[in-house]
Amino acid sequence: MNVVIFYTFAAIILLFSLLAVTSRKILHAAVFLLFVLISTSGLYFLLEYYFLAAVQLTLYAGGIVVLIVFSILLTSGIDDRFPLVKPLKAAASGGLAILGIVLALAAVLRFPFAAASSNALVVDMKTIGRSLLSYDVNGYVLPFEAISILLLAAMIAAIVVAKKKGEKQS
Amino acid sequence: MIAGIPLTHFLIVSTIMFFIGIYGFMVRKNLITMLMSIELILNSVNINFVVFNKYLYPHQLHGHFFSIFVIAVAAAEAAVAIAIIINVYRRFNSIDVEQASDMKY
Repeated sequence: MNVVIFYTFAAIILLFSLLAVTSRKILHAAVFLLFVLISTSGLYFLLEYYFLAAVQLTLYAGGIVVLIVFSILLTSGIDDRFPLVKPLKAAASGGLAILGIVLALAAVLRFPFAAASSNALVVDMKTIGRSLLSYDVNGYVLPFEAISILLLAAMIAAIVVAKKKGEKQS
Repeated sequence: MIAGIPLTHFLIVSTIMFFIGIYGFMVRKNLITMLMSIELILNSVNINFVVFNKYLYPHQLHGHFFSIFVIAVAAAEAAVAIAIIINVYRRFNSIDVEQASDMKY
């Protein structure tokens, strides 16, 4: 059962990520990106990282996609179609991407991944919260604080950059 | 770890997704679609972190937390990028990278 679900999600991810970068209508591309992100969260559910899957759903599929859709509605017409990519450019970029896939997969598939011997940790909210705020060996309080400052800085920066600058620019 | 699915199948999916993002970044000329390609790339890297965590080091949570931090960074990056894109649109009336050629106005 899990196997079937995994390959379904993998097929959805690959198909819709390809559509998201080739679709000629920008709003369609955003919706395809949403499908990709939701399927990724499905993979996390399959791996039994429920908190991470919820974060992926709310932050990525909820937050970022809504932000992208808003900015699409603010900046471009919904019925606009992108011009077709020049064949030479598409062939060169596609060739580079395929070369990259082949090289990366050749390296990955030859590497002998050692199977884990230890037993799995139960990932519940208590473990996650304790590790996020502890400062011993497996604690993450320093990156947590750094991320919180980064988010605050990004929020202020977004407001400052996007607000109108008085009357002189009209 | 999921019975019946080897680690490499996850890696194949995330590798192909990563390079589809690279392809989109090279081909697209619209700033928002380029941002969407970057989201694809970040997402594929997240899958790698989580899968390595689950399959190779299940007694720790390093990959799990790393992808949470990557998601937070991606959210911050998207917010700032969209503010900049809206500003570029106000200035040039277009969000095409070919039109917005000068950075100082």
